[in-house]
Amino acid sequence: MTVTLTINGQKVTTAEGSTILEAARSAGIYIPTLCHHPDLSNVGACRICVVEVVGARNLQTACTTPIAEGMVVYTDSEIVRATRRFVLEMLLSDHPNDCMTCEVSGDCELQDLVYDYGVKWPEHKGKRHNWEIDPDPNPFVFIDRNKCILCGRCVRACAEIQNRDVWNFAHRGFRTKLVAGADQFMLDARCESCGQCVAYCPVGALYDKMSLGKGRANQVQKVRTTCSYCGVGCNFDLNVRDGRIVRVTSAPDAPVNGMALCVKGRYGYDYVHHPDRLTAPLVRARWLQGVEEKLKGGEWQVFVPQGNGRDGGDGSDHLTVTPDTFIQTDWDTALDVVARKFAEEKRLHGSGAFGMLASAKCTNEENYLFNKFARQILGTNTIDHCARL
Amino acid sequence: MTASDGDGGASAVDLSLMEPVFQKYSGQPGALIPILQKAQDIYNYLPAEVLQLIAERLGIALSKVYGVATFYAQFYLERRGKHVLKICDGTACHVKGTPALITAVEEEFNVRPGETTLDGELTLEVVYCIGSCALAPATVLDGRVMGRMRPTQLLQHLRRHVSKTSVQET
Amino acid sequence: MGEQTNVRIVEDAALTSTKDLPSQWIAVCMGTGCVSSASAEVRQALIQELERHGLSSQVEVRRTGCFGFCAAGPIVVIHPDETFYTRVTPADVKDIVEQHILANRRVERLMYRDPVTKVPIEKWYEIGFYSKQQRIVLHNCGIIDPENIDHYLAREGYQALHKVLSEMTPDQVIDEVIRSGLRGRGGGGFPTGLKWKITRQTPRWPKYVICNADEGDPGAFMDRSTLEGDPHSVIEGMIIAAYAIGARYGYIYCRAEYPLAIHRLQVALDQARQRGFLGGNIRGFDFSFDLYIKEGAGAFVCGEETALMASIQGDRGNPWPRPPYPAVSGLWGQPSNVNNVKSYAYVPHIIRLGADWFKQLGAPDNPGTAIFALTGMVNNTGLIEVPMGITLREIIYDIGGGIPDGRKFKAVQTGGPLGGCLPEAYLDTPVDFDSLCAAGAVMGSGGMIVADETTCMVEFAKYFMRFACDESCGKCPPCRIGSTRMLETLECITAGLGTLEDLDYLRYLANGMQKGSLCALGQLAPSPVMSALRHFEDEFRAHIEERRCPAGKCHALITYEIIADLCTGCMVCARNCPTNAIRGEKRQPHVIDPALCERCGLCKELCKFDAIVVR
Repeated sequence: MTVTLTINGQKVTTAEGSTILEAARSAGIYIPTLCHHPDLSNVGACRICVVEVVGARNLQTACTTPIAEGMVVYTDSEIVRATRRFVLEMLLSDHPNDCMTCEVSGDCELQDLVYDYGVKWPEHKGKRHNWEIDPDPNPFVFIDRNKCILCGRCVRACAEIQNRDVWNFAHRGFRTKLVAGADQFMLDARCESCGQCVAYCPVGALYDKMSLGKGRANQVQKVRTTCSYCGVGCNFDLNVRDGRIVRVTSAPDAPVNGMALCVKGRYGYDYVHHPDRLTAPLVRARWLQGVEEKLKGGEWQVFVPQGNGRDGGDGSDHLTVTPDTFIQTDWDTALDVVARKFAEEKRLHGSGAFGMLASAKCTNEENYLFNKFARQILGTNTIDHCARL
Repeated sequence: MTASDGDGGASAVDLSLMEPVFQKYSGQPGALIPILQKAQDIYNYLPAEVLQLIAERLGIALSKVYGVATFYAQFYLERRGKHVLKICDGTACHVKGTPALITAVEEEFNVRPGETTLDGELTLEVVYCIGSCALAPATVLDGRVMGRMRPTQLLQHLRRHVSKTSVQET
Repeated sequence: MGEQTNVRIVEDAALTSTKDLPSQWIAVCMGTGCVSSASAEVRQALIQELERHGLSSQVEVRRTGCFGFCAAGPIVVIHPDETFYTRVTPADVKDIVEQHILANRRVERLMYRDPVTKVPIEKWYEIGFYSKQQRIVLHNCGIIDPENIDHYLAREGYQALHKVLSEMTPDQVIDEVIRSGLRGRGGGGFPTGLKWKITRQTPRWPKYVICNADEGDPGAFMDRSTLEGDPHSVIEGMIIAAYAIGARYGYIYCRAEYPLAIHRLQVALDQARQRGFLGGNIRGFDFSFDLYIKEGAGAFVCGEETALMASIQGDRGNPWPRPPYPAVSGLWGQPSNVNNVKSYAYVPHIIRLGADWFKQLGAPDNPGTAIFALTGMVNNTGLIEVPMGITLREIIYDIGGGIPDGRKFKAVQTGGPLGGCLPEAYLDTPVDFDSLCAAGAVMGSGGMIVADETTCMVEFAKYFMRFACDESCGKCPPCRIGSTRMLETLECITAGLGTLEDLDYLRYLANGMQKGSLCALGQLAPSPVMSALRHFEDEFRAHIEERRCPAGKCHALITYEIIADLCTGCMVCARNCPTNAIRGEKRQPHVIDPALCERCGLCKELCKFDAIVVR
């Protein structure tokens, strides 16, 4: 069943049961929103999407009002624009004038709307909230309630997508406060640090703690990637600045996961630039030949751990090489050593000597090849996968 | 009342008192508010442990229980005084002199609306309309309605009532 | 008091009175107002005194609902004489029994006296307070024992239900209610029958019937009195509504601040269930319905129907946007019919006596009566039921007996925190939904508060805005922040710091809230301020331009002073001043230090010599 209505003089035909917002967007008509998000239920709280419906007593929120046959809607009339301006002015009147240093400047739905509607900074003698900034000791989610517009997207994201119900509103009226659990720290309130609340926050009230001060939207390059942690294949955007990853943001068009990510995908990227990260193969000196020469020629190096001084030498050039010393070699040399050892073991002890464990970080295809290699080349059926443990 | 009541000391909360309440409302939809009301009847306020227990037993998030408990004016999350004075600031009472009553009690007991005196004797609450408009201005001390109150009368009454009890108990 | 004559004789035995009641009985008001002034003690004393004289079996002492004339409470009425005794204390009981009951002599000192002629008036219906009233919803209040279903049955109770079940289809019931022109008594004035029709037509089950008894308006107690005095009338109305729309279950959402009303409702529900008026196959007909009480927990916004349903579901009382309306998607997403207490209470009368009977009451397009809680600066405060179309002047002066102590009328406020106030020039406005709306006030749910010259209209407006701020649910920014900004601006003005631009800012904020807010609370919360600004702008200007509060109420703009000539130096004020702001030697004129004075007014109240004045 379809319904035909008129939006700004244009006839729009769309599925029965749609909202005015859905009908308008299907016809390419823009209606601004704040508390609405296509992934979440609609609550009609922020009043930004109000439209004029002919015959209705009051302005209606486009995100919640179901369409009806013959309905006549104006989405951009003067009264609509004035009301949106008023709402934005009210929000600004209880918001810090902080865009200059705000993390989300340039990536803020409130800032964009204030700009679009030409709202001036409201000076007034009244109250502004003065909540403590970043009061929560959790390692991932930064909270600045002074910037919170109480749209409830984080509350709904946590409840409807993550099913954790960490967030809710407490108290009422001007005293309404976004709280975790019974106004506790997030990690004491069933939070599993997925960061969905941050992803859905339209302003700078919730932000990624690890990314504070590391680069704003217009300073970073977004690089779409697939998460390397498991085989689900979530996509997200690496926010890269000066060749370094400074943040991970959800990619709404990600085919597998949409906006959703887990704590590892969203916050587990610090290993990328870690000084201890291995970037070349290491082989014990005892398996190699001609070590002295290659070291002298500069093709190989004695491995010196960089981080934390762990296990490490003093960084001088006069390192003693023992049979256990790790030598940083090239891939061909390292793989040759592995192949030689596999062949030797198989000859001496047979295929039964091998047990193979595959990784969940590999793709399906890689795991398939791994299985082929185990059964056909090494000749063992003793093969398993870490996700089965 | 135990001796530790007044000084806000943490006397252990007997959670087993909630069992009959859970039994009564078992399986009923939308039972959170009546359960909170019954809990407050039992403990006189809503201790954190009780909120946690209610969340567990109803299988709902603590954030939801807390959101509801802080939304409604009837619920208290902090221990209240031995005596509770409610001053009605409904419209009829307001035009007939509630503000003067509030000022008088504030000054005399050094307590603001919604607060309890430091000695735990008196909680002052300002409420909107108890429906005794014809007796404006109306006050309720420990559940007893006192109508047509004047500041002097109210203070006399409080001095007598509140101090007498504390003398008896010390 | 139009006695209804054309009562049908019903064959069902349970529907006729089974109990022989004594011809002589004493009604003691046990409404919340009278109970607060010790009517329970009076009742107990009466029972004991009658017992002492061996009269217990001949004279019944009956607990009744509210007589309405709360200002004169506790009220005792002796039947069948209909003698109306006021302000009765337990000490008066001996005289009532020995003189009136035993010796048939009236106790004149307990009778109400005409405020002008001072002549005692015996019969209740001869008192000015009752003169212009027409009691339909309240016709049982003060007559029956609300905790005794037999009393209700003896007054044609549940006959409308019997008629509906035995000879009317649901559609006929709805048609009758539509034809009667009954409009919702919660304040909106939406046609009740139409609401039922839409709910009936929504093809989804289950459906719910909900009674809104969350009477949150400060200064209003109409619903409470109805529930306390005649709970069965509301229950009967709800059962009929359930039959009409096809509901199996219903809820009465009553504010927890009304413990007596909840108790009486519970008793009434239990009795109705026992007699088969609730439950499976009601009175043997193929219709089942049951009803539960849900207690509110202290949130004015839950009087808004969508917030009310959120609260029944156990959530925060945040309103939902409409449409979809509750008739389509309400409680738990199901079709739900929400009406006010009084709307349901009219229904049995309309069914029993017919739509035509109801239509001829009141005013055109506004049939029936209006129930008001008349309070504030008026001599006869209390609960009144008047025909629609009566003027404000008749209510305030004829029924209310005018302003106390000869002071001057200033304004009458209707509709509570979502209503407006009207000045003297509007006193001849007829009281009905449309006329009050046109005048800039609203009918509201029935609070009517009279302000006199000692009321500061700026402070009054600020009071309502503070209420709106306290009760805003916080969901939408126009109400959450707009009301805060309005309150701050009004606080500025009453603190003597206002500017004329503040008045424009108030108007701007009000307009934004009205247009932008989600629910009626936010949309209508500016109304008290706007109507005060419209009718009393000079008072606002006096605060701003002259830094003066004409009513002498705003603390920052007044000072307390002692007139030296009148002060005897008795020290009473100095001893009682909570901030020790008063100094002076014994038998010497005292002085108030304005820097220390908190302007609590205690000294002025205590001074026996009227030596303290407000400037």
